Amino acid sequence: MSTTSAIFQWFPTILKGFGFDVLISMLAMGLGTVAGAFLGIGQISVHAWARNICKWITQFFRNAPWLVIIFFCIYLLPFEVQFFGTTIPFPAWIKGVFGLSFPVMGNVSEVVRGGIQSIPSGQWEAADAMGLSRWQTLRLCILPQALKRMTAPWMNTYAILMMATPLVSIVGVEDSVTIATSMLAAMRDPALMMPVYGLVLVLFFLYCAPIALLTKRLEARS
Amino acid sequence: MTVIPEFFQWLNNHYGLNFSVFYDAFEWRTFVKGIGYTFLLSALSIVGSVVVGVTGAYMLLSASRAARACVNAYVWAFRNTPPLVQLYFFYFALGPSLTHLVGETTPILGNVGWAVVSLILFAGAYNVEIFRSGIEAVPASTLEAATALGLSRLQTFHKVIFPLAGRISLPALNNNLINLIKTTTNAYAIAVPELLYVSSQIWAQNLNTAEMMIVLLTFYLLVIGLFVKGMHVWEKSIAVPGWGKT
Repeated sequence: MSTTSAIFQWFPTILKGFGFDVLISMLAMGLGTVAGAFLGIGQISVHAWARNICKWITQFFRNAPWLVIIFFCIYLLPFEVQFFGTTIPFPAWIKGVFGLSFPVMGNVSEVVRGGIQSIPSGQWEAADAMGLSRWQTLRLCILPQALKRMTAPWMNTYAILMMATPLVSIVGVEDSVTIATSMLAAMRDPALMMPVYGLVLVLFFLYCAPIALLTKRLEARS
Repeated sequence: MTVIPEFFQWLNNHYGLNFSVFYDAFEWRTFVKGIGYTFLLSALSIVGSVVVGVTGAYMLLSASRAARACVNAYVWAFRNTPPLVQLYFFYFALGPSLTHLVGETTPILGNVGWAVVSLILFAGAYNVEIFRSGIEAVPASTLEAATALGLSRLQTFHKVIFPLAGRISLPALNNNLINLIKTTTNAYAIAVPELLYVSSQIWAQNLNTAEMMIVLLTFYLLVIGLFVKGMHVWEKSIAVPGWGKT
């Protein structure tokens, strides 16, 4: 079979795997963003202990290698959990999502903290003068302004996450890289190596480059 | 020095916490070798990627449109594709093809070599962007002053732009180099016996995954913490008094 026809035959499968990559990255981003938002707000808490705990958690997950955290989740999370009598299975890809969302949480926490702290302190004082509580100030005055400044770095975090998503293939999740590798193993044709891995690279590029372009434009505007 | 192995042996016997690397001499040696490879990968790719970054940024200053387009294409390609797939591409696809092309029968670069090359190119693309924005931050009047003094292009770059832009770029560069040290774990995928790889072999043998994970994470956090501290000290020591952020 010629190289082109082999690739045509496998292209839909690889594309499906890439869709799985995108799904995993979005789930991890969602989880990481929610957790990271709380952690980031915790970093500016008025209580020193809460501030310190959140700061340490943030630094821990920002500085630990992604692959090590993914290994951690794959090996140490149970493969199923008993929850009020029902068994919820934990397949490898869900563990992969958790593994990816921890570093995202650390990064988003820093984005949120940076965004909030970039708002001039006059805004806090003005809200204080109007008799708003701390939560009200944060919710009504600070966060709406900070959100705009957080958008670009948040999208950067997503780009970093997307670059790290294929790491789940190392621990056996059926993503585009796993599919490409097993396809190459099945075909046993060294001439296919270059086009197949090249194809995966192109898929990622086509997805990530527009996001990077958009981020750049957002950064330029602010 | 027998205190440490004895303590961890005791911990294993009494609490079932098996930190085998600290009492088993063979595993300790494997572990240290893994640390050695992690340091080797990190050091080579840090130096290489900084060189790539400076060269790329210098080429972006050049008048040739083709040179600028090449550098921009390189930066875009490597910043928007996953480092793991880049590594696979280099090691599995480009490596054998190049070997075939040169007419050699033995691979021209082993897995360690390709891991270093791919890490250098990956981090180098980020470094180009970092140095480029550092160069942009050098005030135009400084460059005019250099021209007025009759400095050539290369002299201006070497004596005026680089010392200033380098200092401006340093915080962003630190971040990227930390990321690079973390990315050396990707070399696991092509069986480079770096720290993560040897640790996985150790836990496959002893089934002490949790303990090895703790050792691994502690090690990486320690190394990265020390690196951050070191770079911070360096950053402070080369700061130009009264210039830039104080």
